[in-house]
Amino acid sequence: MSQRQVLPVVPSRMTLTQVKARLQGARRGHALLKKKSDALTARFRAILREIVDKKQRAAELLRDASFRFVAVKYVVGDELKHIVQESVERAETRLRVRFDNVAGVSLPCYRCVSGSVSTGPVATSTIATAAAAAAVAVARNDGYAEDMRAAGPVQTGVASVAQYRGLGRGGQQIAACREAYNEALLALVELASLQTSYLILDEAIKVTNRRVNALENVLIPRLENTIAYILSELDEQEREEFFRLKLVQNRKKRELARTQAQELRARERRAAQALRAFDMNSFEQALEPDAANTPSILEQIAGADADLLPI
Amino acid sequence: MTDAGDLASVKDADRLIAIIGDEDTVTGFLLTGIGDRTRPTDPTYLVVRRDTSDATIAEAFEHFTRQRKDVGMVLITQNIANRIRSNIEGYTGRVPAVIEIPSKDQVYDPRQDTLMQRVQRLLGIRDR
Repeated sequence: MSQRQVLPVVPSRMTLTQVKARLQGARRGHALLKKKSDALTARFRAILREIVDKKQRAAELLRDASFRFVAVKYVVGDELKHIVQESVERAETRLRVRFDNVAGVSLPCYRCVSGSVSTGPVATSTIATAAAAAAVAVARNDGYAEDMRAAGPVQTGVASVAQYRGLGRGGQQIAACREAYNEALLALVELASLQTSYLILDEAIKVTNRRVNALENVLIPRLENTIAYILSELDEQEREEFFRLKLVQNRKKRELARTQAQELRARERRAAQALRAFDMNSFEQALEPDAANTPSILEQIAGADADLLPI
Repeated sequence: MTDAGDLASVKDADRLIAIIGDEDTVTGFLLTGIGDRTRPTDPTYLVVRRDTSDATIAEAFEHFTRQRKDVGMVLITQNIANRIRSNIEGYTGRVPAVIEIPSKDQVYDPRQDTLMQRVQRLLGIRDR
């Protein structure tokens, strides 16, 4: 398996240093990635919790907004939706995306931007204005104009007020309703940021963990194995070297001994030759003088001893 | 988070918010100025009435999430989301973010929300 794997390298001192450097780098990378993974996970869990909270909150806000809307519908009448839907043209409220950086992962952060007017409580979008203006057009007669001014400054320049005549009152209600929906929308936009962050983080954590595991379980053991392999090979080489030295030494010793032995033998041979050159016969005769003439012991005592039986 | 005093004007690079929902919810959100009908045949909202078919909803959803590149967020009410649940679960992209919102006439149930299911599973919260 991958546990036994060794990088295909030539076992030498140089590759050993290289592989050792790589191992160090891999260890450091592993530590860093582990930290990154931890940071992401911490953020991830925070986001998860926040999502749950925000979702509940958004649901509540939206319920309020629905109530407001029902109130508006009651006051203004059912035509409102047609007016609102008809007056939609260009989106005035949009999302602007900004990116936050968490441990090298960019997380989008949505923000609601509103066009012509700010999103403060006084602000009104043109759609709401259209609806409100319509209400005002009638309300003015009913003496509700004061309320309307408090609720939202009606922008002049709504030319076709007349066409909304008969809408009835309800500008204040509309403004309040719009406000309620705005609030809900803001909560939802926040939720959108969190939700997108959640998805991105989820993936980023998976990728990081995969890398951490790859380093921990594949690359680092492989490098360690390679180092062990190189070391064993180097040891082996050293032993071989030692053995070869010993072998050569022995051979030299034997050679020496042989030459010495040969010399010794040669010397002996020379000595022997010198001895042979000497007169061996005379030397022998000198050692046993008159051997032929001397009678044997038996002959000497043959006549003298009567006890001896003659042969 | 919106800065209350932000006077930054809308740029065309900013993303739109699309909404699929019942008439009242859509109207309510349109009041905040999220609707866009720059292309008259292609509004960023879909009003689902009683006679709107699932196919129409699914088509609009796919259109907002995959084809329109200028949408940054899709709001969809829960009862409608339930009708095209497979499309929602099949959507794995990040942008636009798909957000389920409570529908007007039903109580919000986190257990039906695809996202909430996942989140709660990750948090280890079982059905309460």
